Amino acid sequence: MTDLLPLIVAKYNYWLYVILMMIGLYAMIAKNNLIKKLVGMNIFQTAIILFYVSIGYKTDATIPIIQNAHGGGSHGAVIHAADYINPLPHVLMLTAIVVSVATFGVAMALAVRIYQRYQTLEEDELRMRLIDIGPEE
Amino acid sequence: MDNYPALIVIAPLLTAFLAGIAVWIRERLAYPIALTGLAVSIFSAGKVLMQVITSGTIQYRLAGWAPPMGIEYRIDLLNAMVLLLVSSIAFLNLVASYKSVDQEINDRAGSFYTMYLLFVTGLLGVTVTGDLFNLYVLIELTSLTSYAMIALGDRDRAPLASLNYVFIGVIGASFYLLGVGYLYMQTGSLNMADVANILSGIQGSSTVLTAFILMMIGIWIKMAFFPMHVWLPNAYTYSPIGFARVVAPLMTKVMIYVMIRLMITVFGFDYIFKTLNLSDAVVWLGTIAILSGAVMALSQKNLKKMLTYIIVCEIGYMVGGAWLGNQLGMTGAILHILNDALMTFALFLAVGNMAYRLKKLDLTDLQGLFGKMPWTMAGFVLAAFSIIGVPPTCGFFSKWYLILGAFEAGAYHFAGALIISSLLSAVLFFKVFEICFFEPMSKDHGHGESHSQVVIEEAPISMLFVSGLVSLSLIVAGLYSGTIVNTIILPFLK
Amino acid sequence: MKFLGVVIVCLTGALLLYGTGEFPDWGDPNSPASLHLSNDYIEKAFEETQVPNLVTAVLADYRGFDTMFETSVIFCAGLACFLLLRDFSQKKERFYRHIPTGVILHVKNSKKILKVGKEFEHMDKDWVPSDLIIKTVCRIIIPFIQLYALYVVAHGDFSPGGGFQGGVIFGSSLILLAISYDLKTLVNRIKEKVFGIYAAIGVLIYVGIGAICMPMGGNFLDYSKLAPLVPGDPHHIRALGMLGIEIGVGIAVTAVMAIIYINIVSEGRHDEGL
Repeated sequence: MTDLLPLIVAKYNYWLYVILMMIGLYAMIAKNNLIKKLVGMNIFQTAIILFYVSIGYKTDATIPIIQNAHGGGSHGAVIHAADYINPLPHVLMLTAIVVSVATFGVAMALAVRIYQRYQTLEEDELRMRLIDIGPEE
Repeated sequence: MDNYPALIVIAPLLTAFLAGIAVWIRERLAYPIALTGLAVSIFSAGKVLMQVITSGTIQYRLAGWAPPMGIEYRIDLLNAMVLLLVSSIAFLNLVASYKSVDQEINDRAGSFYTMYLLFVTGLLGVTVTGDLFNLYVLIELTSLTSYAMIALGDRDRAPLASLNYVFIGVIGASFYLLGVGYLYMQTGSLNMADVANILSGIQGSSTVLTAFILMMIGIWIKMAFFPMHVWLPNAYTYSPIGFARVVAPLMTKVMIYVMIRLMITVFGFDYIFKTLNLSDAVVWLGTIAILSGAVMALSQKNLKKMLTYIIVCEIGYMVGGAWLGNQLGMTGAILHILNDALMTFALFLAVGNMAYRLKKLDLTDLQGLFGKMPWTMAGFVLAAFSIIGVPPTCGFFSKWYLILGAFEAGAYHFAGALIISSLLSAVLFFKVFEICFFEPMSKDHGHGESHSQVVIEEAPISMLFVSGLVSLSLIVAGLYSGTIVNTIILPFLK
Repeated sequence: MKFLGVVIVCLTGALLLYGTGEFPDWGDPNSPASLHLSNDYIEKAFEETQVPNLVTAVLADYRGFDTMFETSVIFCAGLACFLLLRDFSQKKERFYRHIPTGVILHVKNSKKILKVGKEFEHMDKDWVPSDLIIKTVCRIIIPFIQLYALYVVAHGDFSPGGGFQGGVIFGSSLILLAISYDLKTLVNRIKEKVFGIYAAIGVLIYVGIGAICMPMGGNFLDYSKLAPLVPGDPHHIRALGMLGIEIGVGIAVTAVMAIIYINIVSEGRHDEGL
């Protein structure tokens, strides 16, 4: 236990992201309502975003926008890598956010379609309805 | 400057948006636009394959930046082969789809073609890229388009099957993305070749192991490897046939390509087979996948659903073969990507022709099909022989390599499963043939006359043509499999 | 299912935590992730692209190819909503309200459409009298939101922002219009066709700018080859290329946001909704 504590403190971001991800994954697997599953999906993807953004962080560094770039006469001033945080994870996560929004939109459209047809979004009720329709397989 | 590698992907992408505009102005234009895009793509893929065979690996820097900073396309023999395969199957299916899309989704056919082009772009991009994160974006593009198109099928069941696929697919893609993140954490790079270089120095790391497991599980979910296959049968069965014909042969095969690419290029055989020693467990999983796929296929009453379980079974072949850990097994797995894509495509083309005339595809609806649709059934029989593994067809040769590989690795259970599943699929298809051969018990049975005239109701000529072409290609691929192995697969594995 | 869920979740969590064991500490400037590529980007990107916002530089130039597919994904989401939900069937019955008298008309003939204006107004399922304060305030705010959105698109090279963010802000102004008035107002003002075409054109601008670089002798998306086509300082050509694609992205995202919103709230019928 004494070993574990400093380990957690030094990397608490990563521990938090794992917990958040577990919550999302659990909702996706175990919840009965399709919308709750969708919310779980969003939490799951947000956890991954937290993870990536944590990778990019550096202590004592600022956002990756070069200061005084135009004007101020500092053209050609040396840029120190240690002053700025890593821009790459941010770029990747912009992409991942967009992908997750798009997935969420499509999933919502599907949920609307299902609701139009069956008037319910509870999985067990949907399963009963499917049996009512009759065996197609 | 030689831009063919980029054109393979850009041509369908560019035409997708042109078609997307055409939808709103004149919907009929969308189809010829789509055909042009894919034709350019095939042409470029052919050019690239020729170039790779003669002069070795091609590298193409997107936006002109050198690899670890920018994104790079790296095309070797394996890529080039899969690229040509994907673009030609997509093109042929588009030719065959004109009539069936008209029948199934007539009021929004233009948007369907736009979506179709985006789907093909995604598959081609996944195949050609040399960047781990670019791969993720493109996997999501393919998945997103397939979610939407699957839901256009059966009105009652397709949206539900598709939403189920969304949940499982998102978990798969997210696992892959997490894996990439873990790798990035340890290497600081996203380019496959660069990552592989750095990884060779830090093989013992637990982070790398975690990344490997996460990425493999993610890809397995996407390809529907056995315990994660639950989404596939429903999703593919209820999708519109014009889409099922292309997603069934291509999606899973491209994912297997991704798995092989990660194994060979990123992590390396030494890491997987010597450091980790996981191969026995995965080959066992493959064995179970093959057996359970075959048994579940036997118990189905709907033709389309039966074929989807055969896909699950074939995935077991390829994953197992790739994880045998010897050259013969890997050769078999790669050859099987090609052959299985062709034979699944041939099967689904035949099923598409049937669906065009029959509406319902329960096994009992198929009675008398040999008389009604002789050419379609000829194609079906040829494809079925190939799946079973009858010698002149291509299915035999890849299975042969797989079995040899299994014996060399001492995985007798895997070889046994291959043989058993061949027997099971023989039983399965002969059951189907038997049903199709006999006339239906018509109501006016005994009046004699109605039996003598069989009305031939074939599918439209465009669909028949493609179906015949692909079925014949099964034999051609079989006859030339020695050449394919010697010019493409063996030089690649060296 | 619950039990299975717990087992899977715990296994995954354990695997992930096992993997974090060898991570460098959080914020460690000497971790491999912060050294290998990151330093190259930070030190070279400004010099090579003249764009001080490094995230934009990497997003739109070094990894511009990813971003192109990301925009395609967004387009695809809009198209999917249209494909799945759009319902072209006309509604059978309509309700109108005669504004001066407050009398409600129930029109059963689907062909007979009353002109909506000073005299009559539409009534939805959950119609409430529109609130003067909300309408007026939104009317004032919306142009400013749109202006801000344009600023965010145009200034993405220098400060946080860019095509996606600007596009979303612009799209939200349209959604605000639909919420504060009603959906019909938005749909009547901007036709569905316009949104559909704009979504495709936005991405086409992106792919087109990339494709033009090929006949100009460069690789796909290599903006530096565009210099002969654009007047001005060739030194800034990469920044201009990025601005061009950001505008494309902005158009596409705006249109797609509106398409998704309209189709989902009205279940594809485009007549009534939130």
